[in-house]
Amino acid sequence: MAEKKTLSASGYQFEEIKKTNPVVRVITYIFLIIWALINIFPIYFMFTFSLKSNDEIFGENVIGLPKEWLWSNFTSAMNTGNMGLYFVNSLIVTIASIAISIFAALMATYALTRIKWRGSKLMNSFLMLGLTIPIQASIVPVYVILSKAHWLNHYSTLIVPYSAFTLSMSILISTGFMVDIPYDLDESARIDGCGLWKTFFAIILPLMKPALSTIGIYAYLQCWNEFMFANVFISDSAHRTLPVGIKALSGAYTTDWGPIGAALVIATFPTLIVYIFLSNKIQESFIAGAVKG
Amino acid sequence: MADNHSVKKKSDIAKGVTIFFFLLPALLLFISILIAPIIVSVYRSMYDWNGFSEGTFIGLENYRELFTSGSIKFMTSLKNAFILAFFSVFVQLPFSLFLALLLGRKVKGEKSFLSIYFMPVLISTVVIGQLWLKIYNPDYGILNRFLDAVNLGNLKHVWVGEVGTALGAIIVPTIWQYIGYHMLLMYAGVKGVSTDLREAAMLDGATKWQVDRYIVIPIIKPIIRVSVIFAVTGSLKTYDLVRILTEGGPFQSTEVPSTLLENMLFLRNRYGMGSTISVMLIALCFAFALLITAAFKDKEA
Repeated sequence: MAEKKTLSASGYQFEEIKKTNPVVRVITYIFLIIWALINIFPIYFMFTFSLKSNDEIFGENVIGLPKEWLWSNFTSAMNTGNMGLYFVNSLIVTIASIAISIFAALMATYALTRIKWRGSKLMNSFLMLGLTIPIQASIVPVYVILSKAHWLNHYSTLIVPYSAFTLSMSILISTGFMVDIPYDLDESARIDGCGLWKTFFAIILPLMKPALSTIGIYAYLQCWNEFMFANVFISDSAHRTLPVGIKALSGAYTTDWGPIGAALVIATFPTLIVYIFLSNKIQESFIAGAVKG
Repeated sequence: MADNHSVKKKSDIAKGVTIFFFLLPALLLFISILIAPIIVSVYRSMYDWNGFSEGTFIGLENYRELFTSGSIKFMTSLKNAFILAFFSVFVQLPFSLFLALLLGRKVKGEKSFLSIYFMPVLISTVVIGQLWLKIYNPDYGILNRFLDAVNLGNLKHVWVGEVGTALGAIIVPTIWQYIGYHMLLMYAGVKGVSTDLREAAMLDGATKWQVDRYIVIPIIKPIIRVSVIFAVTGSLKTYDLVRILTEGGPFQSTEVPSTLLENMLFLRNRYGMGSTISVMLIALCFAFALLITAAFKDKEA
């Protein structure tokens, strides 16, 4: 029996090799490579035109490598275009939003998954409504309240909504991680005299470290790239985030593409560099967010 | 006995208080930014309101105007959102599924292909929009120069500025950007299908396509459902690329609900109508999420 199994397994492998027509194989690879080029091209295009002068971009060298590497485009994006400031603004807003979202999510998840009470399921479904509610839902009332309170154009104008919008997903992802922690730990902590608070801070939180990066990455991408709220709520240049800053810059430099390209690179490359090192982790966080939902 | 009871009650109260405090930060954020605004929006959608005065109650008049008035362009915006949803579901998702199935077959370098295909998802839509503006530029854009170079100059267009091409110019980058996202989700599902199951089917003489069709796709149906929901609700909510590429133009032909919503606030001072649009958006998102879930249940049964 065992012998037969191995035989058929190798037979299957043989068959597979026979079945995969070399022509099909080559066509598959050509297709995969072309699609890869289509996906890399915009990044290549952005990087090269950020280093070119108008003469090159509008002349003969549209898509080639820059003949003369014009780093001054980056200086003008940073100085005249204020991209340095917008970068810092994005960083502040993003980090604060992620921190608040993670903190609130972990506490809520603890109450939802590790304390037994009636209504915890219902509460969970309630909080999961946030996965379907479009952020447009709150734009009018929040805008009116904030403008009446003269609270537009602050960092917190964006931080609070961003933490709220990422909250449901943060709870969803951290639930996935928290239910994997053995419940015996809680019980033995209880026997040792730990209350619920102490169990949370001393036992559960340290074990949730792997979840932090997964939640953090997801929230980072939401906040770093968010445009609608930032565009509506922030009108002064001192608090603009990168997406709004880029829009303003492109309005100011309609004929000068180099500095715009530089601004796009400044906004994008941090993400791409992190992606090169953490691509698996980043992909995992997207999968965790969707598949468990 | 009575003592025991009261002790238990006391600890129940303590437990309740603890639960409350653990939930407090999340509930504060969630209710103040999402739930309360929805309630206010529903209420204000029945007002003629400029945002600062008290406003006048007009019942469902805003809703009637929204659907019947030609000058608000809500029907145009809905039509555009639905066209986008159509292309997402019937072009983007099948292509994503195709890529996921292809990469799920242990091609050499599948991880690298996967990582490259996912890259556009990470880039801000504002950046994507700016890049495509440079591609579409009528004088210097790559697209028109390419058409010139291959002697198809008569196909050149002012891509984002002509009524005939503007919506298409928005749809192409939108669909392209998120192919990688749906592919990743589906790929995760495809990889979850046990190799034993595949091999067993192959031994029975099934071709790879048959294995995909009759074994893999039914197993990953829940993921496809999530993708369809995201694609449709995402299309209803779309904003960024429209704002960057066309600003809703030319002649408001590419408006979507979210750009109209913003116009109501900043161009027309009609906060009541803005609330009406956001209520419609919420209702549509939930309705489609439920409809799609129901449709998939039917098929599964």
